[in-house]
Amino acid sequence: MRDVAIIAFAQLPAVRRDTEREEVELVQPVVTAALAQAGLDRRDVGFTISGSCDYLLGRPFSFVAALDAVAPWPPIAESHVEMDGAWALYEAWARLQCGDVDTALIYAYGKSSLGELPDVLVQQLDPYYLAPLGADAISLAALQARALLDSGRADERRLAAVAARSRRAAAANPCAQRRSRREVDELLAEPYLVAPLRKHDCPPISDGACAVVLAAGDVARRLVPRPAWIRGIDHRIEPHQLGHRDLTRSPSTAEAAARAGAGPDAAPFDLVELHAPFSHQELILRDALGLPTDDGTADGIDDGDGGDGPAINPSGGALAANPMMVAGLTRLGEAAARLMAGDGRRALAHATSGPCLQQNLVCVLETDGGAP
Amino acid sequence: MTAANRCAIVGIGQTHHKAKRQDVSIPGLIREAALRALADAELTWKDIDAVVIGKAPDMFEGVMMPELFLADALGAAGKPILRVHTAGSVGGSTAICAAHLIMGGIHRRVLTVAFEKQSESDAMWALSPRIPFQPQLTAGAGGYFAPLVRAYMRRSGAPDDVGLQVAVKDRQHGLKNPYAHLRIKGIDRAMVADSPMLWDPIRYLETCPSSDGACAMVLAAEDAAAAPRPPAWVHGLATRSEPVVFSGRDQVNPQAGRDCARDIYAQAGIHTPSKDLDVAELYVPFSWFEPMWLENLGFAAEGEGWKVTASGATALGGALPINPSGGVLCSNPIGASGMLRFAEAAMQVRDQAGEHQVDGARRAMGHAYGGGSQFFAMWIVGRDRP
Repeated sequence: MRDVAIIAFAQLPAVRRDTEREEVELVQPVVTAALAQAGLDRRDVGFTISGSCDYLLGRPFSFVAALDAVAPWPPIAESHVEMDGAWALYEAWARLQCGDVDTALIYAYGKSSLGELPDVLVQQLDPYYLAPLGADAISLAALQARALLDSGRADERRLAAVAARSRRAAAANPCAQRRSRREVDELLAEPYLVAPLRKHDCPPISDGACAVVLAAGDVARRLVPRPAWIRGIDHRIEPHQLGHRDLTRSPSTAEAAARAGAGPDAAPFDLVELHAPFSHQELILRDALGLPTDDGTADGIDDGDGGDGPAINPSGGALAANPMMVAGLTRLGEAAARLMAGDGRRALAHATSGPCLQQNLVCVLETDGGAP
Repeated sequence: MTAANRCAIVGIGQTHHKAKRQDVSIPGLIREAALRALADAELTWKDIDAVVIGKAPDMFEGVMMPELFLADALGAAGKPILRVHTAGSVGGSTAICAAHLIMGGIHRRVLTVAFEKQSESDAMWALSPRIPFQPQLTAGAGGYFAPLVRAYMRRSGAPDDVGLQVAVKDRQHGLKNPYAHLRIKGIDRAMVADSPMLWDPIRYLETCPSSDGACAMVLAAEDAAAAPRPPAWVHGLATRSEPVVFSGRDQVNPQAGRDCARDIYAQAGIHTPSKDLDVAELYVPFSWFEPMWLENLGFAAEGEGWKVTASGATALGGALPINPSGGVLCSNPIGASGMLRFAEAAMQVRDQAGEHQVDGARRAMGHAYGGGSQFFAMWIVGRDRP
């Protein structure tokens, strides 16, 4: 495979409801900032691609309006996926593998606030067998959380510990939305939202946008001092029907990780960014990824009280900010940005899509050995 | 071609297109096309490494990100699946995304599928949303494109019956295509001329139908291209996009279309497209777009496209057959319409097009466009390995 790296990442601070800006106004600042970081003129970008979803905006072709943000004149080579931007990055990475273009711009945006998000996501379910049941996104996640608790591999305290750690990390992230520190016992005293999930186990509803620049080989080396090289990237989907899956496991994550070079025998990571919109999903993902514990417990699950393992979601993750179609690409961008800043040499980044972790993408990032 | 690896088309399938395919669900519709593509390639689901699916806006069926639930029907569980959406050009850009997975050396066999089941919703409604701070497009695509046709007629001085001729010609081609939705026996100029004027100058019979349908292809790397019948080879492929609107933008002869064509011609070593290509499947949803695209794509000089159409050269048996399948004017499952153009081009160079085969076709073009004539996807396929 051709060497391709993330060389720039920019994001908007996620907010609960952005009433000031429409899609093109969300995208333009992050695209401009990412290209400036990369030292690239927009006319020199070889391939442009975005990720977004019409249903969030309640209109068809929302990506058409957003395209103005990249000023596509003269006309550009461009595509769009109706998916999280992480999959747009995958298509861009594949495009760069063809060898005839050297740079790509990826952007993603989402205004989750425009509708009743949990109800909007019902429209994402099988229209014949699942959507008519009307189970909203939080209820489905709660079913999954209940199954995990019933398996004996987690308890509510562990869920709260994930949420508490996310908030501690988010306090240092100016782009995070939920940044107030809360202790585990405090969180456990809260009422259930949909049992066994409490509000802090669920993601906030967020509006936001982000952009990433990819470059290949020597172009990446010329543009930035510490490119975050994509050493492996893969994505897999599972059956949609929830009854066909063991909701407490994520075999698609394990498969994608193995193919991306993050399998059981992989070298350790300095940091990990997981796209886990719900607290229990982080535990399922960590299990699938075989991530080491840093608290010495035997079940392979970290409760975030320090230790030798990788930093998990140093950005705060999707529990701190979850703009739909953006949060997955943000995980890849956050991990790369930290490596580019010298905070570690090797990172794992993950993105998810669909109900109950149906589809998962895993990316392994590394910088060259030199000092930052 | 400048890419690292060659890409072959080894399997092609499509549905019988109809106004309402009430005999199948959405999964049933896409499986019909996918199973035909697999059968054509003599492969099974197990042989497929990844799936790339495309369709136009999700509001056309009322299912948000339907690839999530369609993964099961496409045998994609445990595999990668990507969902492309680039407006009307999506069928083409979906195939291009799939081809890049082969040309980038990532996979050996990719199944690509595009569909629309328009009877599940109402495309006119879905195309005419009321969006804050924007004028409402109340007349769907026809209302948007009719002024562009008028502008073309004024600029080129074309006589006003050229559109009738395209409408008749493509419907006559469609009668030779067993999969076509509109099969109008005895179609003639008078029938088209007497049909109601919908968006002046576009009459009812100069307009594409609204169809349920799907198209699928199996794309393969060179080492997996051994197929029961000779493959088609990708000789060139590209997309181009430009903004919806800015002052000075030429929507009649868009720069993005010209640039995209120039790009694929350079990749395929084509100097004179009207001579070097044997057949083209162009995205012509309204009759007049044939002469407009002939100019945009360099088959005719600016202002001369209508003369090529009027000469009869674009009919089967002519010097430059355009849309021997019947084109979008006969079948229009919007999300699949672009892929149908790409697939029909490949069928031609594989000598697989039956009654609408262009004799001896060796190189063919597939073309798709979308949005406000702003998104373009094109490929050139050939019988010979590039």
